[in-house]
Amino acid sequence: MAPEEIREVIIEILGDIAPDEDLGSLDDAVAFREQLELDSMDFLDIVMELRKRYRVQIPEEEYGQLASMDSTVSYLTPKMAEIAK
Amino acid sequence: MTQAYDTLIIGAGMSGLAAGIRLAYYDQSVAIVERHKTIGGLNSFYRTGGRDYDVGLHAVTNFTPKGAKKGPLSRLLRQLRFQWEDFALAPQNQSRIAFPGVSLAFSNDIMLLEAEIARCFPDQVQAFANLRSQVLEYDDLDQAAFEISTRKVLGQIFSDPLLIDMILCPLMWYGNARQHDMDWGQFCIMFRSIFLEGFARPLRGVRLILKHLVKKFRSLGGQLLLRHGVQEIVRDGDQAVGVILDDGREIQAKRILSSAGWVETQRLMGQSEVAVQQEAGQLTFIETITTLDCMPAKLGMEDTIVFYNDSERFDWRPPQDGLCDVRTGVVCSPNNYLYADDQQLSDGVVRITSIADFERWRSLDEAAYRREKLRWYDLSADSAVRFVPEFRHHAIDTDMFTPTTIKRFTWHDNGAVYGAPQKRLDGRTQLENVFVCGTDQGFVGIVGAIISGISIANQHCLK
Repeated sequence: MAPEEIREVIIEILGDIAPDEDLGSLDDAVAFREQLELDSMDFLDIVMELRKRYRVQIPEEEYGQLASMDSTVSYLTPKMAEIAK
Repeated sequence: MTQAYDTLIIGAGMSGLAAGIRLAYYDQSVAIVERHKTIGGLNSFYRTGGRDYDVGLHAVTNFTPKGAKKGPLSRLLRQLRFQWEDFALAPQNQSRIAFPGVSLAFSNDIMLLEAEIARCFPDQVQAFANLRSQVLEYDDLDQAAFEISTRKVLGQIFSDPLLIDMILCPLMWYGNARQHDMDWGQFCIMFRSIFLEGFARPLRGVRLILKHLVKKFRSLGGQLLLRHGVQEIVRDGDQAVGVILDDGREIQAKRILSSAGWVETQRLMGQSEVAVQQEAGQLTFIETITTLDCMPAKLGMEDTIVFYNDSERFDWRPPQDGLCDVRTGVVCSPNNYLYADDQQLSDGVVRITSIADFERWRSLDEAAYRREKLRWYDLSADSAVRFVPEFRHHAIDTDMFTPTTIKRFTWHDNGAVYGAPQKRLDGRTQLENVFVCGTDQGFVGIVGAIISGISIANQHCLK
């Protein structure tokens, strides 16, 4: 998957986790937490959805990499390079 | 012996079902075993004499309107992938705390309670504002802060002991397992859920919520095994390996999530009966349910819930003598909600709850039990009608449950509704792969129970 496809996947997941959020105006450089009403349970769901959908394993000590869209995409790019969308 | 489940959940109440949904959604093999023939646990339903009844539900607390992004209700809807509309919650009219000569109305808008305090306790207005900010600052999962004495904190904030007791009355009634005092953490959770968020109810009652939970659990591949009571948790060293059922069959599991209660789970893990009974909660109730030939509003009863207490001091503990203590109680009418499109239940209903003593109810023989039920139906109503209009001349049907009824259908020691006094916020037990969720984890009410199941599943069974 290319970085822009990974971004789409994350948007899709966020849409399922927090259906009331407006994701159209998301600033990729800014932390999700500062723009969306996400708590730690929701962050766990991003990790779990990636595991459920694409079998991507993210160790707990690396959850911090998922702070913003930019950091998430660059963290996932090598992990998801071989996965087809 | 069959396959080992990833997680075996004991109890198909709100917390067990919610935990089951989370785990099944993330592809675990999950079974919920429930001893009763139906789901719901302490928040179940039944049908008798051609009428549907809810067991415990007066109100769903933690109500926030559609679109709210914060608070436990929106969190649970997101976590379980439900729509706000699924629970069809209709907000309350308004409720009241009634003490001799003083009555404080409150609603789902905290402004009403503030105005009432300004009217009745003008010199306590600033103190109430201070309390609100302290409640908001409280961090949910800090066990040390959780166990601070609420009476001590409130004694430092307020100078009027009557107002302290009036604020404590509904919060203790709806979720305090301790006697007289309350854990500060429990107080903050209850204060938010009742005064800052509020009461609501689905027209169809608790059935609707349970129906959604069980349907989702099953659609995700979860197995619900009713009439499957657990006799023992089988261990191998510090690990549980499965359970033995009442009928002797075994089920293997990699981990166990028990919503049976803390002491009840301890017993399943082989703890001595003496140790178990020392820890068990004591607070239990009788509840009378009266069906009327008219709507309660026609009799002048428009409040959703009235929490009453007939003396200046509010005494929250089991009866010191006798089967019940009816000096304090709760009157609730499920009709008095703002249901969409002016829909309404087919009958008028009044529910009255009073504090009761398990042991004294249990020791009655069959004839005495039936007689005492009739007697306490009247005594609790006599007490309540000092604070709400008389309704008994409109009764067309009555039903009633006692502490022994609660024990019989939920297997909770002493029929304790809010569990053991000591809460286990992190859900851990002495076995590495056995966890507790539900009322003994510290969250109460329907929303609290569901959040408890979700958070313990997340913390211990998913990562």
